[in-house]
Amino acid sequence: MSILVIAEHDNATLSSATFNAISAANQFSGDIHILVAGSDCDSVAGEAANIPGITTVLKADAPEYAHGIAENVAPLIVKLASGYSHVLAAATTAGKNIMPRAAALLDVQQVSEITEVLDNETFVRPIYAGNAMATVRSSDAIKLITIRATSFEAVDAQGGSASIETIEGTGDAGKSTFIDQQVSSSDRPELTTAKVVISGGRGMKSGDNFTMLESIADKLNAAVGASRAAVDAGYVPNDFQVGQTGKVVAPDLYIAVGISGAIQHLAGMKDSKVIVAINNDAEAPIFQVADYGLVADLFDAIPELDKELG
Amino acid sequence: MKVLVPVKRVIDANIKVRVKADQSGVETNNVKMAMNPFCEIAVEEAIRMRESGSAEEVIVVAAGTTQAQETLRTGLAMGADRAILIETDVALEPLSVAKLLKAVVDKEDPGIVLMGKQAIDGDNNQTGQMLAALLDWPQGAFASKIENNDGTLRVVREVDAGLETLSMSLPAVLTVDLRLNDPRYASLPNIMKAKRKPLDTVTPADLNVDVTPRVMVVKVDEPPARDAGIIVADVTELVDKLRNEAKVI
Repeated sequence: MSILVIAEHDNATLSSATFNAISAANQFSGDIHILVAGSDCDSVAGEAANIPGITTVLKADAPEYAHGIAENVAPLIVKLASGYSHVLAAATTAGKNIMPRAAALLDVQQVSEITEVLDNETFVRPIYAGNAMATVRSSDAIKLITIRATSFEAVDAQGGSASIETIEGTGDAGKSTFIDQQVSSSDRPELTTAKVVISGGRGMKSGDNFTMLESIADKLNAAVGASRAAVDAGYVPNDFQVGQTGKVVAPDLYIAVGISGAIQHLAGMKDSKVIVAINNDAEAPIFQVADYGLVADLFDAIPELDKELG
Repeated sequence: MKVLVPVKRVIDANIKVRVKADQSGVETNNVKMAMNPFCEIAVEEAIRMRESGSAEEVIVVAAGTTQAQETLRTGLAMGADRAILIETDVALEPLSVAKLLKAVVDKEDPGIVLMGKQAIDGDNNQTGQMLAALLDWPQGAFASKIENNDGTLRVVREVDAGLETLSMSLPAVLTVDLRLNDPRYASLPNIMKAKRKPLDTVTPADLNVDVTPRVMVVKVDEPPARDAGIIVADVTELVDKLRNEAKVI
């Protein structure tokens, strides 16, 4: 049997998480096909065809697939699913939106956000915000799975030569209409793929003070993140949020500034390779996961760090 | 219009969970339980809809053991009008819950189902989307703003890149994100009043739903522990360690 990966893209390029999903697919036995459902998405299909390990790109090109509306994409997955043993997507907001809708239509109990593949039907996934790891075995004939991108190393982008097959869509379900998207624009790397992340918490005291972190981020080519407390306080928009209910990141270096280390924040960053915590409270739980802790007032330490980095 | 709000009883968000020694799951005996935080936000939004006149009745529904009545009473104390318990001792999976909720929707005919985007125990983030699929209704997942303009909803969704706005007609299933609202606390008089509000109990068999699990939990482990770190004296030492020991900058 073959494996189907659902590509995530903006009709121009594949999202980075798709490369992680393909990496997870490589751990099953069988050919890997990738579904590119989009509108004017030839360049995405071409990009997917270059990925080593993929044998077939299925391209469904129609206006109703332009924005990844779950009600439109899920029936297409349902139509294709019977030919596959596994259907995979990254556990991004797009994957989380679409996959359960397809799973229910297929009468399959989806397995969410796996971090490890043990065999064709057995997976490891975090529960309770990563405070416990569950090993689960699915008995469904087709497995629908979302994968945690940071747990699977991205595959190479070049070297493959898959065939591109154009497939018929399933039409516009007529349920939801896309109105607009407000994208936070930034020249810095994307939070989930950055090698370095510097995040601020409630200790930052204001949104304006995040400029101190931005200055360091520019020197380290880092992304800027935040704890839920900082988001709730209105310092930064929600797409900065790292944690159980925000984004999961696993950079080479994570610098937590003025973050106490609530369970729900740790869930989003504790797989980072090196963690630095800067906090004036020596008892803050963030120090329990930090490789390097600095007990200091961030309003002294951050300008000093900025200067040290030249 | 009726608003149906599914709610789940989970370990209180402020409690650190402990994995059982026999690896069968996490310890729930003698642990403080509470309504899933995302469900609280859904209850709050539903009550605001009734207060603003866009909804007439708010029904909270829970699927689980008899103790889930406590969670339903919390919803009633916040202001829901009545409650339904789908009582079972089976550890329910999202697909089973979605099927049970569909049966309740078929009976109650709500205009909106408002629910949390995920429960903080299983972290599955599936049930709302599955329910929308089974009902063949639109879905507005991870909503941080909901506007109802005479039966057409404008739903602002939290997505990885920022915010996305969708338009959809009723009936619809909406799953709520954290920034939608700040849930109210139930006052003591309202907690007393909630004890007299109607709470009906049904079973999965009454609703004709097979809730046999599809995914078996083989075992539950502690997450891998991180090695203990060190406390550095100052910024100079920190930068030195990052450059020369960790080699990450």
